[in-house]
Amino acid sequence: MNFSVLQFPASNCDQDAVHAVRHLGHSARLVWHKDAALGDADCVIVPGGFSYGDYLRCGAIARFSPVMQTVKQFADNGGLVLGICNGFQVLTESHLLPGALIRNRDLQFHCENIFLKTATNDSPFTSKIPAGKILRVPIAHGEGCYFADEETLAKLKANNQILWQYCDKDGNLTDSANPNGALLNIAGICNENRNVAGLMPHPERACEPLLGSDEGKWIFESIFAALKNKTVAAAA
Amino acid sequence: MTEPAITPELVAKHNLTPEEYAHAVEILGRTPSYTELGIFSVMWSEHCSYKNTKPLLKTFPTKSPKILVGAGEENAGIIDVGDGIAIAFKIESHNHPSAVEPFQGATTGVGGIVRDIFTMGARPVCAVNSLRFGPITANGESDISNSKAEIANNRRLFAGVVSGIAHYGNCFGIPTVAGEVYFDKTYQGNPLVNAFCLGVLRHEQITRGAAKGVGNPVFYVGPATGRDGLAGAAFASQDLTEESAEQQRGAVQVGDPFMEKLVCEACLELLATGAVAGMQDMGAAGLTCSTCEMAARAGTGIEIELDKVPQRAANMSSYELMLSESQERMLIVVHKGREEEVKRIFDKWDLPWAEIGIITDTGHMKVRHGGKLVVDIPARKIADESPVYQREAKEPAYIAEVKAFRLDGIADTIAPADVLKKLLAFPSIASKNWVYRQYDHQVRDGSVVLPGSDAAVIRIKTDSLPVMSAELAAKVGDPTVSEKLIAMTVDCNGGYVYLDPYEGAKSAVAEACRNLACSGALPLGATDNLNMPSPLKPELFWQIKESVRGLAEGCKAFNAPVTGGNCSLYNQSPAGPIDPTPTISVVGLIEKLEHVTTQWFKDEGDAIILLGEAVDQADPIFGLGGSAYLQVIHGKKNGSPPRCDLEVAKTLHTTLIGLIQSGLVKSAHDCSEGGLAVALAESCISQLIARDTPRLIGATIDLSVVAASRQSAADQTEDKNAALSRDAATVRLDALLFGETQSRIVISCKALDAVKVVERAKLMGVPAVQIGKVGGDKLTVKTASGEFSAPLTELHDAWWNSIARAMA
Repeated sequence: MNFSVLQFPASNCDQDAVHAVRHLGHSARLVWHKDAALGDADCVIVPGGFSYGDYLRCGAIARFSPVMQTVKQFADNGGLVLGICNGFQVLTESHLLPGALIRNRDLQFHCENIFLKTATNDSPFTSKIPAGKILRVPIAHGEGCYFADEETLAKLKANNQILWQYCDKDGNLTDSANPNGALLNIAGICNENRNVAGLMPHPERACEPLLGSDEGKWIFESIFAALKNKTVAAAA
Repeated sequence: MTEPAITPELVAKHNLTPEEYAHAVEILGRTPSYTELGIFSVMWSEHCSYKNTKPLLKTFPTKSPKILVGAGEENAGIIDVGDGIAIAFKIESHNHPSAVEPFQGATTGVGGIVRDIFTMGARPVCAVNSLRFGPITANGESDISNSKAEIANNRRLFAGVVSGIAHYGNCFGIPTVAGEVYFDKTYQGNPLVNAFCLGVLRHEQITRGAAKGVGNPVFYVGPATGRDGLAGAAFASQDLTEESAEQQRGAVQVGDPFMEKLVCEACLELLATGAVAGMQDMGAAGLTCSTCEMAARAGTGIEIELDKVPQRAANMSSYELMLSESQERMLIVVHKGREEEVKRIFDKWDLPWAEIGIITDTGHMKVRHGGKLVVDIPARKIADESPVYQREAKEPAYIAEVKAFRLDGIADTIAPADVLKKLLAFPSIASKNWVYRQYDHQVRDGSVVLPGSDAAVIRIKTDSLPVMSAELAAKVGDPTVSEKLIAMTVDCNGGYVYLDPYEGAKSAVAEACRNLACSGALPLGATDNLNMPSPLKPELFWQIKESVRGLAEGCKAFNAPVTGGNCSLYNQSPAGPIDPTPTISVVGLIEKLEHVTTQWFKDEGDAIILLGEAVDQADPIFGLGGSAYLQVIHGKKNGSPPRCDLEVAKTLHTTLIGLIQSGLVKSAHDCSEGGLAVALAESCISQLIARDTPRLIGATIDLSVVAASRQSAADQTEDKNAALSRDAATVRLDALLFGETQSRIVISCKALDAVKVVERAKLMGVPAVQIGKVGGDKLTVKTASGEFSAPLTELHDAWWNSIARAMA
């Protein structure tokens, strides 16, 4: 599988995403934001960081980069797109995903491990996560509080678009387990077509036991499986 | 624009003495221009020239076969870590700017040190910091209590500095993996902000800051020059005064981590082209320092045209352009004919660049502005012939009083559980999670041991290294490297150093190395940051001199050569000088992943062993001098600090490493502030699984065994007086629990291995005794005078939430 990891000015988890994909046995390369071509990408990762210094608003400038037009087409054609942290912010700013990410409720940056409950296995990003498995994955953001109006939230629920929620170690969606005040403890969502997803936690930082957790790999394994099915389907 | 005439007043305003000015005139053979006067002023400031400390710094050990770039040669030292990989690291202070403007002072402190590292051709992979503030909590009735307004101001500075470090490091994308924070009245009005950065590279990628190759063009890259940070280096070399906060705000630079990230990526990309002949960041004294130093190192001359320098403000004078400390700028000497590559890469990153000059063979730094020659200085002379002062040192009167301090009149503790909780909640001891949670400490996929253990551990992986040039890639072949594990820590108990600069400084090095040993690492090298008061007063210079003597001996003993560092003098507010604080950061190597050790107890039933002598029997105040216990419980900062026997420490560390490498050690935590009781409590409560999810694991401890062995040792002595005081030690519970005797480590191992561990340690000459076992939900400690117990949830709450509560 080929992963294209976008590189905006001051993306800083771009190399980590490439590392994680390669570590898990697939190929990945960086795509400069001024390039309009993604190459033969099977999946696009919009990585974490501080694209354009997060000036104006997180992700607000990156959406105008030439590469984002191509990513939109790629997504429209059913390609898999995963936004992590700042990448999630870029995807909401680009309207590839609904809602917005605002300042954490305590106005502080949070870097810590959190527990993630997978709300549904019905997506290319969650299908391989073992049933009932609570994932321990780090977060690192100052603006990760997921926010949307009532109508959007209702739609997210109705369409089963909420993929991950912050929980305690036993899987309860408590307020104290919510690091940033996100509505409904939302940590990550997908679009209606279920081929574009974004999440605030960093699965790419949790793919090797020596980093304290390898439970983020289940998200990548889900993508690998979805891509494999796609290839098999195309060949048939 | 007319320039002011050079008068004695103007010279004095530039912090040059009449003698220094005369020397400048002699070097030039004429009266300096206004711009030249400014240049001499910053180049001969303490910050740039080390004029007051040079003779002392020469006593540091600086050699080891592993050193590739040594102290003073370049922007940072570089050490070989095997397999063709090297690390570059350094610590630097930003104290004065942070006192005036905490957020920007801290951001630019981080920015400056990160630039020092990528200037060497290394990719910055982690950051560490060492911070000092005035108290953020009221300390009851003790004599170190503080007014509400002062506490509020200390909290403002603390919050500002932490958010500045977070802002810069997080945006740049460097994990801040370790640090230390102390709170003490001595730092009120003069906080300390020391930032450390470590980068990685292959040996062949080492880049020099030398202006090599006559005829090579000189490029300026990075954001435009403005009036910010004018003469910051000179500002950093003065006392902080009442007015300085207002007057000098303009001397504080403004940091832009976004720019720095772009400049770093662009520079590393440019280095991989092989087009670069030399590179230097514009840090202190901006264009002045970078041009002078580069030419001086290469023995060449350099000529620049200020009209070509990108400028943010209109009508900037040559004085302003030369002395501005606008951030994130680099000076790059490029091999002639390869200019296009610079342009292509910096255009790609949308960064300003300008070709501003040329390398010459004149040995002079020449600056033209508006068609006129405004500066013409022999570069090597100004860089190398800076004044050097042998300052007078005199032992201060307070030292005799400190040495005479005894425990008579200080009642022993009768409520050890309460004392333990108070100490755990004391902000200097309490968990720093409120701080490090604000720092991204995991970006770059390398953080193996996160903040919260004795030392941070990172791994260097193949893709941590900078991109190779085509030539190097061909030479290297398979780029894959075996992963390296690097441990690092930063330490200094300024209170100890105040009470006895020599012993205190030795203890700082010993503690840093002990922390490394607890993580499984042996030292590779060290970088120091001398945060000191004015060198002009003999009593204060004595503190500096004695501190350096202690650091030098410590670094020698542990084979941790100093590869560079920073001096920050004149740290004093109107309230008086700070405690001398020679911060030391030691970096070490862990051989194998399975040797990585953390401080928290692991499993129920494991044996707990104390390595090292429980109480220093020869110390008349039993390790309580300068202790957190005396300070927090009795309101006293007094008494000679615990003695630091470097041989004993070294044996302890190598013994522990041996045990770790044999796979016998499950946890290791050093005893430092708060003594044995705090170390035991921390071993029970410091593991963090995730947000709001600590892993608490109890322990049952019996220290009566320890007391008994000490009693018999005391009986055998001949010196009656000493024996008397030793007898006192055996009954002093506070010394046993909270004394800070050096060279002690609490380890845990499988119950079955306990005898083996104790025997092996004793064989190596390290006192060792099993003092308890892991298990339960309480910490229970039995001593000769009784037993106390505390639920872990209470201990954890006191320790974990103390700083957050103060800052809420």
